[in-house]
Amino acid sequence: MTTQAEVLAAVGQAGILISLLALAHAPLGGYMARVYSSQRDWRIESAWYRAARVDAHTDQRWRTYAMQVLGFSLVSVLVLYGLGRLQAYLPWNLGFTGLDPAGAWNTAVSFTTNTNWQWYSGEAAAGHLLQMIGFAVQNFVSAAVGLAVAVALIRGFARSGTDGRIGNFWSDLTRGVVRILLPLSVLAAVVLVAQGVIQNLDPHSTIATLQGGTQAALGGPVASQEAIKELGTNGGGFFNANSAHPYENPTHLTNLFEIFLLLLIPSALPRTFGIMVGDRRQGWAILGAMATLWLGALALTTWAEMSGPGTAPQLAGVAMEGKETRFGTAASALFAVSTTATSTGAVNSMHDSFTAPGGAVLMVDMLLGEVAPGGVGAGLYGMLVIAILAVFVAGLMVGRTPEYLGKKIGQGEMTLVAMYVLTAPAIVLTGAALAVSVAPGLAGIQEDGPHGLSEVLYAFASAGNNNGSAFAGLATGTGFYNTALGVAMLLGRFVPILIVLALAGRLASQRTVPTSAGTLPTHRPLFVGLVAAVAVIVVGLTFLPVLSLGPLAEALS
Amino acid sequence: MHSIRLTATSSFRALARASMTGLTMLAVFTVVCGVAYPLLITGVARAAFPWQAAGSLVTATGERTTDRAEAAGSALIGQAFAGDEWFLPRPSAAGDGYDALASGGSNLGPESPDLVAAIAERRAEVAAREAVPVDEVPADAVTASASGLDGAISPAYASLQVARVARERGLDEATVMALVAEATHERTLGVLGDPYVDVLALNTSLEQAAPADTM
Repeated sequence: MTTQAEVLAAVGQAGILISLLALAHAPLGGYMARVYSSQRDWRIESAWYRAARVDAHTDQRWRTYAMQVLGFSLVSVLVLYGLGRLQAYLPWNLGFTGLDPAGAWNTAVSFTTNTNWQWYSGEAAAGHLLQMIGFAVQNFVSAAVGLAVAVALIRGFARSGTDGRIGNFWSDLTRGVVRILLPLSVLAAVVLVAQGVIQNLDPHSTIATLQGGTQAALGGPVASQEAIKELGTNGGGFFNANSAHPYENPTHLTNLFEIFLLLLIPSALPRTFGIMVGDRRQGWAILGAMATLWLGALALTTWAEMSGPGTAPQLAGVAMEGKETRFGTAASALFAVSTTATSTGAVNSMHDSFTAPGGAVLMVDMLLGEVAPGGVGAGLYGMLVIAILAVFVAGLMVGRTPEYLGKKIGQGEMTLVAMYVLTAPAIVLTGAALAVSVAPGLAGIQEDGPHGLSEVLYAFASAGNNNGSAFAGLATGTGFYNTALGVAMLLGRFVPILIVLALAGRLASQRTVPTSAGTLPTHRPLFVGLVAAVAVIVVGLTFLPVLSLGPLAEALS
Repeated sequence: MHSIRLTATSSFRALARASMTGLTMLAVFTVVCGVAYPLLITGVARAAFPWQAAGSLVTATGERTTDRAEAAGSALIGQAFAGDEWFLPRPSAAGDGYDALASGGSNLGPESPDLVAAIAERRAEVAAREAVPVDEVPADAVTASASGLDGAISPAYASLQVARVARERGLDEATVMALVAEATHERTLGVLGDPYVDVLALNTSLEQAAPADTM
């Protein structure tokens, strides 16, 4: 069925992508390390701090840092909620009314938590100004918050006996936007426009088609939003069809470019980590574990989509339902794996129509906690938590006190790690169980049987892990789903962040112990394998029962 | 008890203080990321890539335009076509088909009875229309795209339609095949994406070669 040319193309485009990421890895990783280590503010930043009257220089303890993350995010949710509710009074609203309370709550939380779950359809609900000053702003700052928390954890490892000081949140937040996200977004947006992504402030209107019918003509500042949507691993589409929409992702090239953008920062961050902890090999090891999981998922999903098992794909010949002709199966699988293995959630094909094994891998990508390579910042701190768990498991095997990067992993650290690892499963399983137990939850399910459960499980996996992609057959624009998924997104973002910052504080207070002959080396392939295995085993043990009722049952039926 | 209350109060104060600072910070971010950045990109786009920025609009003769009043569509967005004298696009789940205000896919799963039935029905329909056995109907002819606005079909589906369109328009098949070849895009760099045929461009050039005598 699959020709050799198709296999070559699939391998070739993955190869080009990996080469581009490899080229950017060292320069960007090094640059980000300098951004967060430098003592000097840029002039624009100093002006910014003066304007906002903010202390951006005091080194903060973790509690203060955490309060500022929470305070900033709280304000972000409230402001975005207000903008959504009051859309009718905003200029450039294209005549759209305000969002209903549950919908505005869901959207406010969704964009603040870097999830970008979308219950609404962009072209039919959101005006240009809400997209710009509401959604795009959160696309920048939520990504910068993720970066800040990751950097705070890195400082925890890098510092020794500092009574828990882990940096200044306002400075980290501002630098993430000003020095990293904004310049890269400007470059990316221009590339996207050149390829055909639209960028204007025109309203939607009507044009006459070639055969004499009519069709809506769309307008909007799409390219500027598209750039940060991928770069910040946000994923919220300007239009309902997201990156499948020809105005968001028009060509073969933009497709590869968008996948590149969403993997760019997460895959470069391990380098930043390696530099900041003073041992680049540690960064390589973390990247190795991320790459192993990503490549495994990519191979499985590409195989599934290209071979097309299942009744409908077999009858049609190829699994092309919910896929664009210009992308085909391989480029759709490449995008899908990259968007679920980061916390992006943008889609260039409809995951609900993926083959059963392909869809299952996408779900597992998210259930892994999105660490391969994960969201901007969130992927790195998630993977570092798993690395600590791996060190602990190895320590149990050989009967030594576990250490990671010269920090003793004691009871306090492991309690935090255990809480982190259990947070997302608790949210996902409780949420999905609730949804299939109550009438308003069941009402949203499009298909009977295992696929229906997959739709619900996917939704809560996506919300609880701040991904934002969907098995979109599930009707989620209801009071129940908007409220419940909003809660899942909020807890799934801020509980792990608080735990990570507490961990960062503990680690920063500890004195770094010198390595001895008995210290487990954490930069060798053995450790890379161990980290990847621990990630998979934790997910396997936690989710196997529910996966076997959903996607596995579907694949085997 | 006393100290717990004290901690709670001081935490609340700290959160309130952080929120106030957060609000001013958010205001600055809104001006920079929400206003200045998109306006800058809009300005650059309009100056450097005016046609693309406006939506890659094309006229009925295939000329580029930025004026919606002159346009017969966008080179990127698929449109509905009906009738044997046209190359027909894929099935679309966007509204009633190719509704640009309702982009999206069917979201039907691989075992969905509705999807299986729809594919079987479309296969029979396409096979009858093109007078070929059902096994020769390509997948993209019977499946809905992700956006519902897919303006492309596979080279296989285009080839399948050549004989019918040539007959209806009174053209010879070689001429139509040449037009198909002109509207075909190979994989970029030899490996990116899939090859496709641009249906609007193809139908536009077809109209230039031999206008359909409808309406």
